[in-house]
Amino acid sequence: MVVRGAAAGESVTGSDATGPLLEVDGVSVRFGALLALNRVSLEIQRGEVVAIIGPNGAGKTTLLNVISGFYHPYEGRIVFDGQDRTRLRPPDVAALGVARTFQNVALFKGMSVLDNIMTGRLLKMKGHFLLDALWWGPARRQELQHRAFVERIIDFLEIQAIRKMPAARLPYGLQKRVELARALAAEPELLLLDEPMAGMNVEEKEDMCRFILDVNEEFGTTIALIEHDMGVVMDISDRVAVLDYGRKIADGTPDEVRKDQAVLDAYLGVAHD
Amino acid sequence: MTEALLAVLRPFADIVSGPAFFVEVLIGGIAAGLMYSLVALGFVLIYKASGVFNFAQGVMVLFAALTLVGLMERGVPVPLALALTMLVMILLAFAIERVVLRPLVNQPYIILFMATIGLNFFLEGFGEMAWGANVKKLDVGIPDRSFMVKGVQINQLEMFAALTAAVLVTILAVFFQRTRIGRALRAVADDHEAALSIGIPLKTIWVVVWSVAGLVAIVAGVMWGAKSGVQFSLSLIALKALPVLILGGFESVPGAIVGGLIIGVGEKIGEVYWGPLVGGAIENWFAYVLALAFLLVRPQGLFGEKIIERV
Repeated sequence: MVVRGAAAGESVTGSDATGPLLEVDGVSVRFGALLALNRVSLEIQRGEVVAIIGPNGAGKTTLLNVISGFYHPYEGRIVFDGQDRTRLRPPDVAALGVARTFQNVALFKGMSVLDNIMTGRLLKMKGHFLLDALWWGPARRQELQHRAFVERIIDFLEIQAIRKMPAARLPYGLQKRVELARALAAEPELLLLDEPMAGMNVEEKEDMCRFILDVNEEFGTTIALIEHDMGVVMDISDRVAVLDYGRKIADGTPDEVRKDQAVLDAYLGVAHD
Repeated sequence: MTEALLAVLRPFADIVSGPAFFVEVLIGGIAAGLMYSLVALGFVLIYKASGVFNFAQGVMVLFAALTLVGLMERGVPVPLALALTMLVMILLAFAIERVVLRPLVNQPYIILFMATIGLNFFLEGFGEMAWGANVKKLDVGIPDRSFMVKGVQINQLEMFAALTAAVLVTILAVFFQRTRIGRALRAVADDHEAALSIGIPLKTIWVVVWSVAGLVAIVAGVMWGAKSGVQFSLSLIALKALPVLILGGFESVPGAIVGGLIIGVGEKIGEVYWGPLVGGAIENWFAYVLALAFLLVRPQGLFGEKIIERV
């Protein structure tokens, strides 16, 4: 796939190319009396697909929100690419190369699919206020370059047919795919997917699995995803981390996690006698 | 019955028999319309970028004009006074972002709307406190004179105002539709969280938008102030911008222009030709009746984004 090589001005920010890409170190998040995350630590290695699973309310989305800067932990650290970035805000996190999707699709509903994906390129675009306003010279050339890049993503995710449609009109499964496209348009180093397959039928799920694996293999993108469908999780992830009541109770290969007693207890319940 | 019908139709004959006068009325209407557009534009900018209906837009126009006149009264030369007023409006944008918008991120829109009502009263009081409440004359150096072109009387000041408005409106329209920042603005308007996640700094965007709305308010304040003096009633032109918005659509820059033109031209023609028939004052209600009719037929406005709700 040509996409990665074509990245205009993209350079590997290799400050610490051998260490983990992301290190969540003893992070706690509190909402009033509720301890949503309790000293959770998690390492994500470069090129991995990591699944974060756990029962409802276990703190999975909170963890994703902490990583992408929407929440800030009251204790613990987040280290991305060797640099501490615990207190960065979402736009700064995005600028570092972290893209995400949301549990309830967060597309720009009034905009076309194409425009939605183009917004994903915003950080890659440079510009001058006045030149932009006049739609002249470099501003116009740049727009066309980025447009070409976006078209390749559209091809890759097989959404050519809907590119001019307003996002709000699409069926749910396709909206999720467009959201993935927008995240990919930013050429992220780390891609965070919050339940990418929720509410999809079997066929859509299979497509989505294939896309996630392709992104990982062809672009080398590191992926962390939250998912409830165990079949999917076991199939596509290199590693699985399990959260329960804000604590991490297991972390390992799918096979290890499947046999873990604490995980079985969390999912099936324990007899209190 | 036929007499009534004749009376209603007679103005059409007047239009045909006196084309020069009609053109004059038309130009007057276009000029007034562009000025409405200018005010409506301030609303559209902020609505597009933050989804907030800025109740204080009218007072921002008044505040800008008051500041400008106040500075000029104290002997500051016009260009410097204009630059200082711009600075004040940009500072105001920073202040609004910091004090009003930032603490209210992701609150329901009605909360933000109420915050702008508060802002409205604050600015009104603050402006009068700083610059005094008496009616002031604003002289921008363009004489309020008329000249004749082929038997049509044209007011120099109105012409100047109309041209300025047209240029400003065109630049803003292109900016929103076509550019990177325009797209970012639309993205922010649509979904705060998603916009943040793709790296759009909300704060910067808001400051930019409120600054631009402030600059538009200066232009509107100068044009209206030069025409009818700077006084409290200046803030009420915001009320005229409402039907313009309903006609054009709240999130459309071209809509604000076309809406303003339709209302400006419509009410002038209505007033001049049909006014005598009903005893005048058509100008006062024409815009609102038209807006009401639009709400029934096309609630999203001429250029508004169609409201789609999945069930």
